[in-house]
Amino acid sequence: MVLSLDRVCFGRWGYVVQIGTSEALAARLRDFGLIPGTKVCRRYCSPGKDVTAIELRGSVLALRTRDLRRILVRVA
Amino acid sequence: MSGGGKPRVIALAGNPNVGKSTLFNALTGLHQHTGNWPGKTVSLAEGMFSCQGQSVRIVDLPGTYSLEGKSEDEKIAAAYIGSGSADAIVAVCDGSCLERTLILALQILQRTGRVIVCVNLMDEAESRGIRVDGKRLSHLLGVPVVLVSAARKRGLDTLRKLLANPPEPGTPAFFYEDPLKAAEELAKQCVSSVRVNENWRRVLDRVLVSRRYGIPILLALLLFIVWLTVWGANYPSQLLETLFSRGYVRLKRWSAAWPDWLSGALVEGMYATSARVIAVMLPPMAIFFPLFTILEDVGYLPRMAFLLDRPMCCCGGCGKQALTLCMGLGCNAVGVTGCRIIDSPRERLLAILTNAMVPCNGRFPTLILLGSLFFPRAGAALIVAGSVALGVLGVMATSGILSRTVLRHETSAFFMEMPPFRRPRIGQILARSLLDRTMFIAGRALTVAAPAGVALWILANTRLAQKLAALLDPVGLSLGMNGVILFAFLCSLPANELLIPVILMTISGGGSLAGTAGLSGKALLDAGWTQQMAICTMVFTLFHWPCTTTLMTIYRETGSAKKTAAAFFLPTAVGFGLCGLLHLIFREFGG
Repeated sequence: MVLSLDRVCFGRWGYVVQIGTSEALAARLRDFGLIPGTKVCRRYCSPGKDVTAIELRGSVLALRTRDLRRILVRVA
Repeated sequence: MSGGGKPRVIALAGNPNVGKSTLFNALTGLHQHTGNWPGKTVSLAEGMFSCQGQSVRIVDLPGTYSLEGKSEDEKIAAAYIGSGSADAIVAVCDGSCLERTLILALQILQRTGRVIVCVNLMDEAESRGIRVDGKRLSHLLGVPVVLVSAARKRGLDTLRKLLANPPEPGTPAFFYEDPLKAAEELAKQCVSSVRVNENWRRVLDRVLVSRRYGIPILLALLLFIVWLTVWGANYPSQLLETLFSRGYVRLKRWSAAWPDWLSGALVEGMYATSARVIAVMLPPMAIFFPLFTILEDVGYLPRMAFLLDRPMCCCGGCGKQALTLCMGLGCNAVGVTGCRIIDSPRERLLAILTNAMVPCNGRFPTLILLGSLFFPRAGAALIVAGSVALGVLGVMATSGILSRTVLRHETSAFFMEMPPFRRPRIGQILARSLLDRTMFIAGRALTVAAPAGVALWILANTRLAQKLAALLDPVGLSLGMNGVILFAFLCSLPANELLIPVILMTISGGGSLAGTAGLSGKALLDAGWTQQMAICTMVFTLFHWPCTTTLMTIYRETGSAKKTAAAFFLPTAVGFGLCGLLHLIFREFGG
């Protein structure tokens, strides 16, 4: 099942299928190691739900939730 | 190359927040400020050490996620590595997330063969049940791999020896095209993990950023720090004050034979002013900085940016600006430097221009003195907390206005690594924050206060100060203050701590009052200060020009005289506006 990353349940792992964010952000994500095929998990979000923390390759990264909407993930 | 001779040049490269600065400090014994959040090192720090008769020069490159990135730091690091000016590159990785941090190491390996892979933070990795097979990694990559824990000084000797004599690169047993894929594969082969109970980290994270408790905990924490700073500083301040006034009496007796002008300028001017500044500013700093450093070390600061992103976004900033504001509570110059962590140039400028509106430690004493003198029922902590709140409100309002007018911009992406919580290293924190930060700032204030004291004494005794104050009187009065206060604000441009000493010295005509222990506010009451005047002065303390150190820092950070001038006039305009308005309100409705 393919979902946008902001809709994956907390604590559930999936594989990135597509990154449709702005090119600038996509480049930074690539530098951080987030590319199609990377295993990611949604961890927690801020009180206003506007920022979300995701885990990948052993680190936690915080991004705006609206950017997560453009990252598609395949979950089992 | 046998011993002595030219030093070897070794560069440290790695992701942000893998403990590069800690490693650098541990190797060289230098004190570079470190903290548990990404983006501390921005310019290149250099240090030396020698091992087995070979001297080694270490260059600490800025932390980068990749060598292909477009940010300034990444370009600097990539250019340095590509230039071949180092004899070897140490690729610093984080043992607790080796897979991700290896990506950069592999990128470096693609560009140069002389690499030493240093897997740092092994203590943290072990506590999280992660084992790294260094031998296997070394075999696969064909370069030396050292497992260290810089904070606990483990594995450093091995590393030092390797740095003094970097071996020729061997043949790798592993070939790859794509560093990302390769890192995954290497991690699979060399990292094993056992399940450890990591619940305290999870729970802590969940509670600290939760919808219900996140913001209340944050506010309580800040309030607690401010309260502890203010309350705790009281006693040492009084003690210092007593000590200094004893010294004053002794100095006075000792210099009795000197001509009046000399003993006056030196004892009443220089000594008394510096003593006052130290007694008033040192204790709060000695409490605030260690507390703040603990938050930094634990890893709370990125969470703070995480929590406050939404409110800051509403007024055109970003969560990271909240972080720089908190740093500004300690010292605005530090806060301005901290703005480097903000990626978008517009948002960064916004944060720099408005930083001086949060009161720094140097302004706390003024606020406390006036507050407790004229509003005796409010506690000191409440006064400071209220002032901080007002300052933050000012920052948000001006940011909001600026970001919708002159500094209009698209909201930039938020991108921040959340490091795992670490147990704070209290001993190191105390040493670092007390010795380095506090003493540095106190020393700087003192170099300003000593000559300023002499100048002030002369001004006050030639009655020039009073004349200038009288000249400023109309402006001061229209702002609900008076000429003396405005004159004092002008004189404390070099350091905000000077404000009260200047006022006292001007009122007393350079007399000995400024030196005696009972600085007190009695003198102010005698001089006919009213509650309304105190309120206006407190508001103006929050909103006026930044001190010279901050201005110089702003100039260094922005490289533009125009922007520095904007940083000067923006809070000043707010102060003039607010105080003028208050004055009008008081005149209409007040008694």
